[in-house]
Amino acid sequence: MLKTFSIGGIHPAENKLSAQNPIATLDLPAQAIVMLAQHIGAPAEPVVQKGDIVKTGQLIAKASGFVSANIHAPVSGTIEKIDDVADASGYKRKAIFIKTDGDEWLETIDRTPDLKKEISLSPAEIIQRIADAGIVGMGGATFPTHIKLAPPPGKKCDILIINGVECEPYLTADHRVMLEKGDEIMVGIAILMKALSVNKAIIGIENNKPDAIAHLNKMAQAYQGISIMPLKVQYPQGGEKQLIDACIGRQVPSGKLPIEVGAVVQNIGTALAIYEAVQKNKPLIERVITVTGKSVSTPGNYLARIGTPMLSLIEASGGLPVDTGKIIGGGPMMGKALTSIDIPVTKGSSGLLIMPDREATRQPMQNCIRCAKCVSACPMGLEPYLLMVLSQKGIWDRAEEEKVMDCIECGSCSFTCPSQRPLLDHIRLGKNKVGQIMRSRTK
Amino acid sequence: MNKLTVSPSPHVHSGDSVKKNMYGVIIALMPALLASLWFFGVGALVVTLTSVAACLLFEFLIQKYLLNRAPSILDGSAIITGLLLAFNLPSNLPIALIIIGAAVSIGIGKMAFGGLGNNPFNPALVGRVFLLISFPVQMTSWPLPIASRMSYVDALTGATPLAVLKEGVKSGQSMAELTEKIPSSINLFLGNMGGSLGEVAAIALIIGLAYMLIRRIITWHIPVSVIATVLIFTGILHLVDPQQYVSPLFHLLTGGLLLGAIFMATDYVTSPMSHPGMIVFGVGIGVITVLIRVFGAYPEGVSFAILIMNAFTPLINKYIKPKAFGEVAKPVKA
Ligand code: SF4
Ligand code: SF4
Repeated sequence: MLKTFSIGGIHPAENKLSAQNPIATLDLPAQAIVMLAQHIGAPAEPVVQKGDIVKTGQLIAKASGFVSANIHAPVSGTIEKIDDVADASGYKRKAIFIKTDGDEWLETIDRTPDLKKEISLSPAEIIQRIADAGIVGMGGATFPTHIKLAPPPGKKCDILIINGVECEPYLTADHRVMLEKGDEIMVGIAILMKALSVNKAIIGIENNKPDAIAHLNKMAQAYQGISIMPLKVQYPQGGEKQLIDACIGRQVPSGKLPIEVGAVVQNIGTALAIYEAVQKNKPLIERVITVTGKSVSTPGNYLARIGTPMLSLIEASGGLPVDTGKIIGGGPMMGKALTSIDIPVTKGSSGLLIMPDREATRQPMQNCIRCAKCVSACPMGLEPYLLMVLSQKGIWDRAEEEKVMDCIECGSCSFTCPSQRPLLDHIRLGKNKVGQIMRSRTK
Repeated sequence: MNKLTVSPSPHVHSGDSVKKNMYGVIIALMPALLASLWFFGVGALVVTLTSVAACLLFEFLIQKYLLNRAPSILDGSAIITGLLLAFNLPSNLPIALIIIGAAVSIGIGKMAFGGLGNNPFNPALVGRVFLLISFPVQMTSWPLPIASRMSYVDALTGATPLAVLKEGVKSGQSMAELTEKIPSSINLFLGNMGGSLGEVAAIALIIGLAYMLIRRIITWHIPVSVIATVLIFTGILHLVDPQQYVSPLFHLLTGGLLLGAIFMATDYVTSPMSHPGMIVFGVGIGVITVLIRVFGAYPEGVSFAILIMNAFTPLINKYIKPKAFGEVAKPVKA
């Protein structure tokens, strides 16, 4: 029997339309728009000015504060301006605009394709290199990676778990990276193991990707302590807590981090970025992103520089379909609907999903028939129907008691509800409110 | 380009709907309906049609004229109430009484509380118990199966196996004598016995259960916990004194236990929301059913047991929560 997580879960249609399409390298954008807030935490602070000439890979904005990340020039050229640009939700955010002028890289970056297996840096040096390179969680959470690699005092990590689940429907970027960059991923994992001083790593992969499982299984033979764990297809298995439960049967307690049960989770894409940063001295300036949708003429996976306009990705996939009704940054379960396509690729962009009109709108909601299907679906063991009512009525203390803060916003409840109730919309509001209340209490 | 829709995640839906679930239940009731037509013929047809039509009509009238809402009679829930009410009636019940039962089910059982989703008690059972208390004679005369296929109110009647047993035990007959009088297990399994329309054919009800489980309309927790509780409880009694207490298999196959466990107790609105809560609910129904059957005044007790546990559902929902993630963290050596 294949393993999976123990509570709830759903199985949405997989729609992995671009799974067989190899990663294609996208042309350089004429102008790169590099957002200063591409990660969770404080926005980076620019260290360049209008008119400066930068090389590809050069630091252009510095991490500010503890939770933040460095940002590097994804192209070479001239800094045009530092100005506002609308982000995925339509809010104005600061960005550095670079007018591209060729692609001249910093000399310190090793651009040869040779695999470098030897890990010469010490754990502390590795973590410093990762911080310097501005690496963040590339599955979409965008939490600065170097912080995750430094467990708080008193906590010890004994296992590294690599998320190769890609449980969001449609997305195939991680799948392609596993197939095409297997060696680099393995070295990246070995580096992470050294940084965390653990001797065991597990790559969790759902068994709808048998080619990736077979490929990495073969590669793993050459590496000490790395094993592949095929998992039953079940959403949201890519959630950190769910993945740890599925792979090693440990449940992270409510309100705690994975390190509580001795685990650190990293994404496949992050492992690749770590290889490049540590072995090749290359900062995070590009990523693989899936462009897909039922009406998209050629769904595909692209290696795109950060700051590339989303529109170039859409054009590379055959242009915007006429029946487009919604464009989603990320997957259909947790992705964000974009207010416009004039936004750039960021470190957290895992996919661009273009949905036809007919699938873009929701059905009208009906009365709750108390079927309990949302309760059965919730992977955190919550009662979504109840949390929705409590949030609607503003009964915050009860919502807190009913563990609203445990909700991982996976959307399984709204997906499942036969009455089409927008459960997560309300629960999200409840979470925000209860979060505020809890923070004001500790002040 | 059209205007882009911007809405919060998730952006996809399972495609499940209230209608799909309700009509799924209706499909699951079809084998039992066919069995009842086979055993009770014309009577079954008249009772079922009257009950369903009356339930739809009352739902329509109340929604339209009393509540001033757009009627939603085709969501399937009123059809289910009509079918379940019919399944709990004898096949020779006069039309007037069926209509009263339907009026009570829909009017008092469902609409008085605000309609689908708000009623605390299973509407069909409210109608049924009302009839049982108001018209005990008509409600406990049971047409003989097969023999009365071609007749309706004038059907030949007899007692249900449970009633035979209850009377017998009371009047001091031995279990061996009684076993002669009640149908064999295989007949009970197929449904060849006196009883209400839908309760008789165990096999048909079990097919319906399998269908609902496969389609994920319900989960196993309630039916299995009711059935297991009744089997274990009556099994213990039977082991202690086989002369006094009949075999658990007999309890399982008679008196609407399966109909209740599979179709009435699993009613979405009136049963608990968490899996552990569902099990407590099911065990409660099982225990109360056996207590009524063995020690109470009525020969069968499933309906009362379900209504009683319906009353506890809000309490169960309040105190019995789903197993939360991370609650049972396995010990970790760090
Ligand atoms: S979104 Fe929250 S409440 Fe809904 S299923 Fe996921 S974890 Fe549970
Ligand atoms: S899934 Fe929808 S209808 Fe069913 S209990 Fe949850 S909120 Fe109510």
